[in-house]
Amino acid sequence: MAAGNRPLSPHLQVYRWQITMALSIVHRISGVGLALGMLLLTWWLAAAASGPEYFDMVHGIMGSVIGRVILLGFTGSLYFHLCNGIRHLCWDAGYGFELGAMRNSGILVIVATVVLTLGTFLIGYGAV
Amino acid sequence: MKMTDRSLRTPLARVRGLGSAKSGTHHFWIQRLTAVALVPLTIWFALSIASLATADLPSVQAWMKSPLSATLMLSFLLAGFWHMKLGLQVVIEDYVHSEWTKVTCLVMNNLISIFLALAATLAVLKMLLGG
Ligand code: HEM
Repeated sequence: MAAGNRPLSPHLQVYRWQITMALSIVHRISGVGLALGMLLLTWWLAAAASGPEYFDMVHGIMGSVIGRVILLGFTGSLYFHLCNGIRHLCWDAGYGFELGAMRNSGILVIVATVVLTLGTFLIGYGAV
Repeated sequence: MKMTDRSLRTPLARVRGLGSAKSGTHHFWIQRLTAVALVPLTIWFALSIASLATADLPSVQAWMKSPLSATLMLSFLLAGFWHMKLGLQVVIEDYVHSEWTKVTCLVMNNLISIFLALAATLAVLKMLLGG
């Protein structure tokens, strides 16, 4: 058989979407999103180290509506990746592989992400 | 090793246990190690940054002058950038298949990660030690 012609497994097109596979790809997306977040953090730290004028400029951008939406995305990615990362580490240690447990821990990750993200924005801005 | 073992691997390769990528489980292990370190560091980081969200520059600089904040921030940066570099490497290896593009992406990943880690570290040190 020609190399490019082999059947692929699993067939993504015929899989019914499940919470487990959705969270799996979101873990990867949030990881890449967090890399952009680390870029943002470096920019903010460098601004704070460089002096008032530049810091005020960066601070203004991050405090704007668009800035806050980006920070909300960063915060949400961070908490999702943290909670789901702990889930990953439990699997690595051999726990939580049963189908039911996998589903339940997935739902727990989603709930925890929303609660922690909104809570952190309350601390930061006193509002969401 | 039993003589009936029909594996094509040489006994030496088996003992070294490094696999086809020649680095064995080192990448996997550091990725998990940094992930574990990042659990408490991330919680600390998120809450600290949130409490600085509306702070002016003097408050941010005063906060960074505390050895505890600076040490925790540097730990977060070290674990975070290391973990990021290893994580992005896996993503690149999964999606980029043409050899030269892949090598270029992997080299850029290394260089940019190190550059950003240095820049962020220097910014923290400048605020910690500066006037
Ligand atoms: C500092 C910010 C962070 C960044 C930039 C980041 C980035 C990444 C990236 C790019 C990946 C690769 C994703 C993939 O291969 O699909 C990854 C994987 C992973 N991350 Fe993070 N991460 C961060 C924080 C954390 C935290 C706080 C944890 C806490 C447990 C964590 C746990 C993990 C684990 C366990 C994996 C491996 C997942 C797998 O085996 O597929 N990460 N991370």
